[in-house]
Amino acid sequence: MDFLHNYIYYIGAFGLIFIGIFIMISKRNYIKVIIGLSILDTGVNLFLISVGYISNGTAPIFSKSSIEAKNMVDPVPQALVLTAIVIGVAVLALALSLAIRLYKHYGTLNLQKIKEQKW
Amino acid sequence: MRKIIGIILLIIIAWGIIISLQNVPFGTSRSEVADRYINKGVEETGAANIVTSVVVNYRSLDTLGEVTILFLAAIGLGAVLATTIRKEDRDTEKASLILSTGCKFLFPFILLFGAYIFIHGHLTPGGGFQGGAIIASAFLLMYLGCHNEKRINETGIIISESLGGLVFVIIGLIGLAVGTHHFLNNFMPKGEFNTLLSAGIIPIIYIAIGFKVGSELSRIIDQLMEES
Repeated sequence: MDFLHNYIYYIGAFGLIFIGIFIMISKRNYIKVIIGLSILDTGVNLFLISVGYISNGTAPIFSKSSIEAKNMVDPVPQALVLTAIVIGVAVLALALSLAIRLYKHYGTLNLQKIKEQKW
Repeated sequence: MRKIIGIILLIIIAWGIIISLQNVPFGTSRSEVADRYINKGVEETGAANIVTSVVVNYRSLDTLGEVTILFLAAIGLGAVLATTIRKEDRDTEKASLILSTGCKFLFPFILLFGAYIFIHGHLTPGGGFQGGAIIASAFLLMYLGCHNEKRINETGIIISESLGGLVFVIIGLIGLAVGTHHFLNNFMPKGEFNTLLSAGIIPIIYIAIGFKVGSELSRIIDQLMEES
């Protein structure tokens, strides 16, 4: 129980990452592959945030004078995740536009039917 | 077959992760660089939000690269979706009066909220990227709620996007000549702590990022809606 309490964020983050990788490997529909990529992205972001967490910590903002610096969580992973979310949105938009072109060209989104690709 | 291979691969990855993470403590300590940012951040940058001072002051070159990646993705989307054949208007049912009036009523308020988020980026949670996403959601609401009426003004979008990027780079280049003479240093006066006009160049850069991200995401939405 203590193990679960300590590592619940890591378990959740890696659960999302494994679900995303499994979808990307096993599904044949291109839209489902994009959904897997998005879930993987969310899992990585959650993992980075939980690395910088401090028990009973506050957000790193000095909005009131009563907030002390020693209780703040790590601001560096949060800044990194801010970057990662924006890049994730850019990758998602580009992948969806490729899906539109793929469907117009081949008439299908099944990756196995496109040019007899095996995987 | 693919599922079995996938499960075997995942078991191998999970084993490696468990071995490498079992000695990492959770929720107890910060890194040294985070201590430095938290203890010195307020007097060095003047921003109440430490995440903002990391994103826009200490690591602002990374943010410039990030904005460039978003720009490249928008350009790539336009290049991939560029077609010469324009589809004629399909006969879709017009939106009802309540829906279209509600969209037109809410549109300026959502724009105002997005502007509030990126102007107060150095004081409250939020900033240029989040405010830009809210502004793009206002345009998405207009497309979904009252469509067949009008599209975004393409020239205006391009002008505001270019101005945002230009302000960011020019402020960085001014920093080469003034202050501590490195790219994107905080050369302006810090002002009074925890007020709107404080933190030097941070609000200016975040407003520029807000305009840039908002117009880029609206253009992505515009191109995807035009295609579907």
